[in-house]
Amino acid sequence: MSTSLKSFLLHVFVLCLLAVLYFVVSEYHSGNLARILVMAVYAMGYNVLFGYTGLLSLGHALFFASGMYGLGLSIEHLGLSAAPALVVGFISAFIVAAVIGFLALRTSGVAFMIVTLMFAQAGYLTILLAGKYTRGDEGFVIQQGDRVIAGIDLSQADNRYFAALLLFGVCFLFIAWLVQTRFGKTLVAIRENPERARMLGYDIQRHKLLAVIISGTLAGAAGAAYALLFGYAGATFSTVQYSIYPLLWVLLGGAGTTIGPLIGTVFMTYLIDISSEYTSAYMLIAGLALILLTLFAPHGFAGLIRKKLFSWLP
Amino acid sequence: MTDKIKNPSDATGISRRTAIKTLAVGAGVVATTGTIPGLLRPNQAFSAEPIRIGFQVHRTGIGAAYGRWYDRTTEAVVKRINDEGGINGRPIEIVAEDDGTDPKRGAEVVEKFANQHKCDIAFGTLFSHVVFGSAPRAGELKIPYFVVSEGHHVASGKLNRYTLQPGITDVKSQVEAMAPFISENLGKKVTMIYPDFAFGHDHRDYFSTAFENQGGTILEKIAIPPTETSFTKYFPKIPRDTEVIYHVMVGPAVLTFVKELGEFFGPSRPEIFGFIDSLEAVDMASPGLEFLDGTYFWEGNPRYAQADQTEFDKAYREAVGVDANGASISDSKDVSTYAHMFGCWETLYVVKAGMEASGYKGPEDRQKLIEAVESMSEMPHSFEHPQGAKLFNGKTHQAFGHQYISKVEDSKLVLAHTTSIEDTLYEDEVDYTKQAF
Repeated sequence: MSTSLKSFLLHVFVLCLLAVLYFVVSEYHSGNLARILVMAVYAMGYNVLFGYTGLLSLGHALFFASGMYGLGLSIEHLGLSAAPALVVGFISAFIVAAVIGFLALRTSGVAFMIVTLMFAQAGYLTILLAGKYTRGDEGFVIQQGDRVIAGIDLSQADNRYFAALLLFGVCFLFIAWLVQTRFGKTLVAIRENPERARMLGYDIQRHKLLAVIISGTLAGAAGAAYALLFGYAGATFSTVQYSIYPLLWVLLGGAGTTIGPLIGTVFMTYLIDISSEYTSAYMLIAGLALILLTLFAPHGFAGLIRKKLFSWLP
Repeated sequence: MTDKIKNPSDATGISRRTAIKTLAVGAGVVATTGTIPGLLRPNQAFSAEPIRIGFQVHRTGIGAAYGRWYDRTTEAVVKRINDEGGINGRPIEIVAEDDGTDPKRGAEVVEKFANQHKCDIAFGTLFSHVVFGSAPRAGELKIPYFVVSEGHHVASGKLNRYTLQPGITDVKSQVEAMAPFISENLGKKVTMIYPDFAFGHDHRDYFSTAFENQGGTILEKIAIPPTETSFTKYFPKIPRDTEVIYHVMVGPAVLTFVKELGEFFGPSRPEIFGFIDSLEAVDMASPGLEFLDGTYFWEGNPRYAQADQTEFDKAYREAVGVDANGASISDSKDVSTYAHMFGCWETLYVVKAGMEASGYKGPEDRQKLIEAVESMSEMPHSFEHPQGAKLFNGKTHQAFGHQYISKVEDSKLVLAHTTSIEDTLYEDEVDYTKQAF
């Protein structure tokens, strides 16, 4: 069996498993999974930049918030219905990612981290300062009646789950395809040795910019989906902690693997959910998990699986 | 070939291990500020099934100081209700979950109460963004969500029929009720200094309108960016003919704000009026706060036991474990959030009254519970409502009550004025009773 066929079957299997899980697990866990799928899209977007291109951003919350507010504000103030508002959310993230990418990619390494962090902080403050429209830190509710697409009420548990799964599935398969293309392999080449990639004739700046745009747009798609499916848009989602989360999810799950972001998001969500029942020091437990993982599985769960079991894992 | 692929973080020039360790240390520092929580178990004498109340509490994050006292107040009121025989003969069992003062986690916690812990209702949280993030899920899961937030979000009509605020007044009524006192006693020309985010904007908008209706003038509105740590550069913007400074700064920089304000004005200052939100859980005798002597504060509930302390406040204060200075009886440095935390006490008594009036038996009676609370109106000053009498508006799901204005004298807050409930009323902005369940 060829590697690409194995990869295809793995991705289809994961999607089928997620579809079946809705009918198997309790209502609480299916609700959790819906949110995890949305946040996994965010992590997958982050992974395109960090895992495949080798660029560590500390400002991805800005892209997430761009999608969230693109959708939320167009419903709240322009009176758009959910479907066009969703498109506005995607486009907002696309534009913000293109502009930030164009500017931030003039730097690299630590400077790139700092610049993306600063842009995200500027975005957060902009949301606060535009409080007349955004309701600042408080945020605003997207009413149930505004969360309907083609007659499907996305505030209903089943509709929400399968809408989240649809978005996740599209992004999951897109990234699985992307990393097999020449473009995807070039990103990996840039990650491994940018100078050699440049010497071979690749326009690495252009590739990096495209990676930022794809990554940011996926993050924004997750933000728009969160607002649409869970009915809330707020400035908290543009704070630095929401830039750190996808980094943690990707590190835990396995950077540079297509399935790693999902694993990392599931693991981290349930680690916090379960440990918070026993202690409010649950972030200490999350920190310990990270340290242990660094010591014993430095490439994350999926990286470990790839190393020990399935070397073909994309 | 796969084995040769480097860890992507290596390519960034950042040591992955260093990055993770830094993050983990940060997480550890945050985490160690927490405490080990536990369920509040009902009195073992009960044989009936407990009523399970999901308590959404800020144990970590920026709301942790409030959460700690909301926790203690809730523990005290549950003990009292259970000692009195519970609700319909059933004990209360509190299922507490930390929302991290985060709207996403807040929504998850509400889901957990409804679908995993099988709670009868959800209750608790303070910060508005957590309420906004959680309320849509409460409405979708059809679980009554009793908030103790003081935000105007409930009465504004932006939430839903399942969200109620019967145990604490909202910021709009608080702010508007201050205008007559300031206008009649402190001065007609006001300069406002407020943080440049939603909380500050609420004060700016509600107070300026109410004050101008009293014939006063807002000379200047000075918005302070939320990241600001030094304030001296803003003070020259205060017009010379200012008679009253109205300030609502919050956060860790408050002490710096007061200190710099004192240095700017020296001994000749205008009248100063503030909201105690700035100094909740802060000792009034803290160094740097001497400048506030002789200034006025809004208080949701007077922190210091007053000369004419009611028997209700005395019993409440004792039950929660707060001394006459508003600090923990076991640690005088642990100052309470007295202006807000009574809301937990009063809310659970409203829940008890609502469940008893509706004959609540289980989740199938949630709608009856909401209708019972909606039909409430007057709540007399009592052991159940130690902060003062309330008037509940069933249409807007919001309680209205007396507001207190205290003067700082010798680093203590001494009650100077109590508003009427009528001073706090405003026109309805929503009628939730018309919304379908």
